[in-house]
Amino acid sequence: MCADTATKKDHEEGTRREFLNLAAGAFGAIGTAAVVWPFVDSMNPAADTLALASTEVDLTPIQEGQSITVMWRGKPVFIRHRTKAEIKAAEEVPVNALRDKEEDKDRVQKPEWLVMVGVCTHLGCVPLGQKESETKGEYGGWVCPCHGSHYDTSGRIRKGPAPKNLSVPEYAFLTDTSIRIG
Amino acid sequence: MAGGQREKFDNPVVEWVDSRLPVFTLMQKEYGVFPTPRNFNYFWNFGAIAMFMLVTMIVTGITLAMQYTADTTLAFNSVEGIMRDVNYGWLIRYIHMNGASFFFIAVYIHIFRGMYYGSYKQPRELLWILGVVIFLLMMATAFMGYVLPWGQMSYWGATVITNLFSAIPLVGDDIVTLLWGGFSVDNPTLKRFFALHYLLPFVIFAVVFLHVWALHVTGSNNPTGVEPKGKQDTLPFHPYYTMKDTFGLIVFVIIYAAFVFFMPNALGHPDNYIPADPLVTPAHIVPEWYFLPFYAILRAITFDIGIPFTDIALIEAKLGGVIAMFGAIVLLLIMPWLDTHPVRSARYRPWYKKALLVFVFGVVVLGYAGSQPADKVYWQTCIGSEAACSASDDHHGVATDTAHTGDDHAKPEKAPMVLKFDNTMLAQIFTIYYYVFFLVILPLLSRKEKALPIPKSLHEAVLAKAKASAAK
Repeated sequence: MCADTATKKDHEEGTRREFLNLAAGAFGAIGTAAVVWPFVDSMNPAADTLALASTEVDLTPIQEGQSITVMWRGKPVFIRHRTKAEIKAAEEVPVNALRDKEEDKDRVQKPEWLVMVGVCTHLGCVPLGQKESETKGEYGGWVCPCHGSHYDTSGRIRKGPAPKNLSVPEYAFLTDTSIRIG
Repeated sequence: MAGGQREKFDNPVVEWVDSRLPVFTLMQKEYGVFPTPRNFNYFWNFGAIAMFMLVTMIVTGITLAMQYTADTTLAFNSVEGIMRDVNYGWLIRYIHMNGASFFFIAVYIHIFRGMYYGSYKQPRELLWILGVVIFLLMMATAFMGYVLPWGQMSYWGATVITNLFSAIPLVGDDIVTLLWGGFSVDNPTLKRFFALHYLLPFVIFAVVFLHVWALHVTGSNNPTGVEPKGKQDTLPFHPYYTMKDTFGLIVFVIIYAAFVFFMPNALGHPDNYIPADPLVTPAHIVPEWYFLPFYAILRAITFDIGIPFTDIALIEAKLGGVIAMFGAIVLLLIMPWLDTHPVRSARYRPWYKKALLVFVFGVVVLGYAGSQPADKVYWQTCIGSEAACSASDDHHGVATDTAHTGDDHAKPEKAPMVLKFDNTMLAQIFTIYYYVFFLVILPLLSRKEKALPIPKSLHEAVLAKAKASAAK
């Protein structure tokens, strides 16, 4: 056998057999990973799903104090034309008192238009508060019916199990009264 | 099973097969003469019943798959088509739908049997672990199956459960996108759930095979927890237990059939007959009943776990809930090492017996808590003036989750104090007991509990019982 005839020095540095085992094992592992990856990645969003990634919205019909919900990437996006009182309430909250510390001005491009993904950051339900008839929770914004997370007039988490504020998608004002989300 | 030790069969065809592949010898050895403790009670039926349910689910499932379409635009209608147009489609679907519930009933009783009589203890630890693996696979399969009809509960249940994975630090969101195959639960999600829902039962079947194999190595436990010592302690499996299992199975199937034919939707949720709508969340999302205790544990963690007196949260409430829920199953997995008491059966362990029965009660209460809205108030009282309290109540459009959420200082102070006991607190109490039972009571009893005298042998236990009833 190799090991019997090898010198002592060979043993200290490892035998040829050990080297071959290690090299073959490493090669096998990399090869396996290379084969597995296409199968795993095939489950990620496909090109057609990614292609549907932007939505344009006309804001003219939305009166002050009204909200609309549009679909973007299969999710509801809340667009609210905020009232003066709501903007004031959102701006006056001391940031240190918030769970997810964010100034109102960092969440809007124009203070009267609040655009955010209407998916509760807890477990993904759609919060209530879009319609006139719906409850707006303790902070006058939105409230999630599933596990009782309350959001304020800036969509920031104030109470309940959700860890984060309602997320603000990437969007841009195309004109003064229309936006493109995504 | 070696050919040489084989006994010859009289039937020439059987003999021809068996001498080439000894399947008949195997069946004879494992299910014919297999020595089985003579003192089984009816709790020992539920393994066989669970096996029957697995086969029922596979047969009805394959038949349904021939009619079902996994596409978000067609799925709901294809299920309605099965209900209305396919010959006996209603029957096959109701058998499958209620079959999931009855499979879980059988398995929950089977797990309770194992816990009560100490079947998880040495040398059956691996047998127990394989059982917990089957339970986990069943939960995954049932969850994905519930998504397939693409009703409101399907869609929102899938949304809530897949979002659990977003709680994982750093990679959570990428994992959720990978699970969905998009940016929300959608067509790719439905298709992969169907593929996996079809695959997993066969994986379960394979693990059941290992589970039964391990069982036939150690042999069955029995109500006394005393190992059989010889022939006088056992009976051949056939005809004694084939008959007892058949009897139990018939009783079980009668109840099952009553549900299928007379109240097929009693265990389901009416919202799932509304097609899925990504824009409208049902007022109250509830999972199927067999997930409710775990769902209650998930919702019980409403507070961040962090460094006291700072805002630094080490584990956010959401992640905490997910850890608590999966932890509840991990505890089952390691139960053989948490309870190391030398006596198996709860019959001879008065303290363990009480703690276990309270545990079962706790799981049932958790199930109830899981079925109710998180903010449901069971009891409340006012400290201060009554009028002020009711005024502050009206203020809350939707009742609050709990007082534990940790950022009450953001709220304007109100004079009257409302003391209340709500659903979240109920779930928290029994979640604590769930964990205390495994992590404190079991190790403690392992060291301190003094067991009652156990019978020297099964034979003796059976005879003593017979003598006692004769004396009456």
